[in-house]
Amino acid sequence: MLHRRGLLAAGALGGAALVASPLARPALAQAAPVRIGMITSLSGPGAYLGQDIRDGFLLAIEQGGGKLGGTPVALLVEDDGLKPGQGKQIAERFVGNEKIRLLTGIVFSNVLGAVLPDVLDAGAVYASPNASPSNFAGRDCHRNYWSIAWQNDSLHESAGQAAQNLGHKRMFLLAANYQAGRDAIAGFRRMYKGEVLGEIYTRLDQTDYAAELARIRAARPDAVYQFHPGGLGIAFLRQYAQAGLAELVPQVVAAPSMDSTTLAAVGEAALGMTVGSHWNSDFDVPASRAFVAAFRAKYDRLPTYYAQQGFDTALAIGGAFRNGGADLADTEAFRKGMLKADFASTRGRFRFGPNQHPVQDWFMLKVERGADGKPALVTKAKILSDHGDAYAAQCRL
Amino acid sequence: MALLLEQLLNGLQLGVMLFLLAAGLTLVFGIMGVINLAQGSLYMVGAFAGAALAARTGSATLSLLGGIAAAAAVGMAMELAVLRRLYRRGHLDQVLATFGMILFLNQAMTMLAGRQPLFVAVPPALEGAVEIIPGVPYPVYRLAIIAVGILVAAGLWLLIQRTRLGMLVRAGATNREMVRALGVDIRLLYTLVFGLGALLAGLAGVMAGPVFSVQVGMGEQILITTFVVVVIGGIGSVRGAFAGAMLVGLVDTLLRAFLPDLLRGAIGGPDADALAGGLASMGIYLLMAIVLLVRPRGLFPAHA
Repeated sequence: MLHRRGLLAAGALGGAALVASPLARPALAQAAPVRIGMITSLSGPGAYLGQDIRDGFLLAIEQGGGKLGGTPVALLVEDDGLKPGQGKQIAERFVGNEKIRLLTGIVFSNVLGAVLPDVLDAGAVYASPNASPSNFAGRDCHRNYWSIAWQNDSLHESAGQAAQNLGHKRMFLLAANYQAGRDAIAGFRRMYKGEVLGEIYTRLDQTDYAAELARIRAARPDAVYQFHPGGLGIAFLRQYAQAGLAELVPQVVAAPSMDSTTLAAVGEAALGMTVGSHWNSDFDVPASRAFVAAFRAKYDRLPTYYAQQGFDTALAIGGAFRNGGADLADTEAFRKGMLKADFASTRGRFRFGPNQHPVQDWFMLKVERGADGKPALVTKAKILSDHGDAYAAQCRL
Repeated sequence: MALLLEQLLNGLQLGVMLFLLAAGLTLVFGIMGVINLAQGSLYMVGAFAGAALAARTGSATLSLLGGIAAAAAVGMAMELAVLRRLYRRGHLDQVLATFGMILFLNQAMTMLAGRQPLFVAVPPALEGAVEIIPGVPYPVYRLAIIAVGILVAAGLWLLIQRTRLGMLVRAGATNREMVRALGVDIRLLYTLVFGLGALLAGLAGVMAGPVFSVQVGMGEQILITTFVVVVIGGIGSVRGAFAGAMLVGLVDTLLRAFLPDLLRGAIGGPDADALAGGLASMGIYLLMAIVLLVRPRGLFPAHA
């Protein structure tokens, strides 16, 4: 209930810079830029996720000299404060008053659920850089709705597959008590075939996990899977290590529980964890190496996978523009262009499945000491190839 | 048996944390009649100042002193600049003003420190775990939190019951006008009390650094529970805040720890886990409702 709302000064600055760059070229000055509306979380406990998506997206535009796929663009950024109602208001303004035809940016599934119907009813396009709940991948899929990230469950399926590959027989599962937490455990169990000793749903406002940690110690599992995004995970991991469990019971988690920002905040406590992910900053893909270097040079921090998704979303939109979709009055032309997935993804292989969600490879990462002695996420092995999602079959497009 | 003892310790530690926040809240509410929603923000200020100092100097002592000093300074500045104008106004105005302070302090902290959560190491002297119960290593840092909390509780009791300042505080709570008529500078007293409340919140914030996540908005996560503690304990009573905090800490921890296994005896696995999660989340609010039913003014009302 207590989050801040407001327009972000940095977003406005970024927008101003983008408008300025096409003006520098007189030949293009008469072509009005395509406006893209970004609704994302820049305040509240999930603020760094939205910040990374925005910064990744802005980096792609900057590298294109203010253009995506050769078309000048202007990005408008607004903060949803992790509140569905606030996101819906912004969306109504974007598609109603501002007549924006392309939206992106939402971090959290509950905000997306409130925003998406308005966007699609107005005939506009939404390209998701993160939140991709199951209903919009299956029954409620739509020609104007795209996910460039993954379907929510896939993250946790990759963790389940990693636990299966590592040969863990008895596991203890924990997740925050909300829709994504329940989806997480369902996704994990889809791939993990061993015994589940216990499932705990923790409160979303919980800061102390001592009671749960004592239960894990008493159950003596081979490994623990847990889903606690952002600050919740930081508190959980610190307390897990302080309770001496890190040496006794290894953790296998999905990317949202262990990104590079979480890792920096947790430090040594994360050593030895296994993470299932679709991308990591050490990927040996030329596009990825260039992206990581440019991001570090511009923002002076390691990009999380959220930043990478923001970047890839901008590139995917650029691909659609390049392939005849630059006029968003014709969303079918945009769709044809987008379906080609004509861009050099930082993940390497990337294509869209029949429900316009990614089909991609998944990898097992491990937290190890890097060359500088600090803990770092290191890519170990590919665990799933050309993996789509479980809901594509329900989608009729 | 070892598990029960461990969980009791966990409950005690959560209770101590809640007490540090609730003590300031209840003092300010009971004595000055102000609902301070921004208590959680002072906790955040303490945590950030402590984290920043620890990262720059590497000294746990400096981090502790700096954290509580920063929280106390921000608290007193807030009292001087904002709250002083609100003592004669209704609670709604106070709630609005202190809610505004939350937004202001959150945004200020975002501009100063950014949105990324900060890393705070456990002080080297308090690292590791000891086996106070055979077979169950318990983190030294959590034991230290319990010790600090109990010391603070004892110190507060001495301060309020045995010193001249404490006498004035009690007198000010009972009859503000009479204390002023006797020539006491009640405004200075209020600033000091508010500063004390902020200092305790800052202490909680610094200690929370290595255990919880230090990020903007961390105060609001714990604020609601703190209000539950104050209401259960009786508004304005430090003794009540202590009892309420311990009760809430223990009930919350024990429900989370043992309810799932108890329910599993009665119904199937995943259903029992889901139901237990829901019931454990309601636990402290149920406790509050029951306490209010039996003692409408809380366990230890200040002006009984």
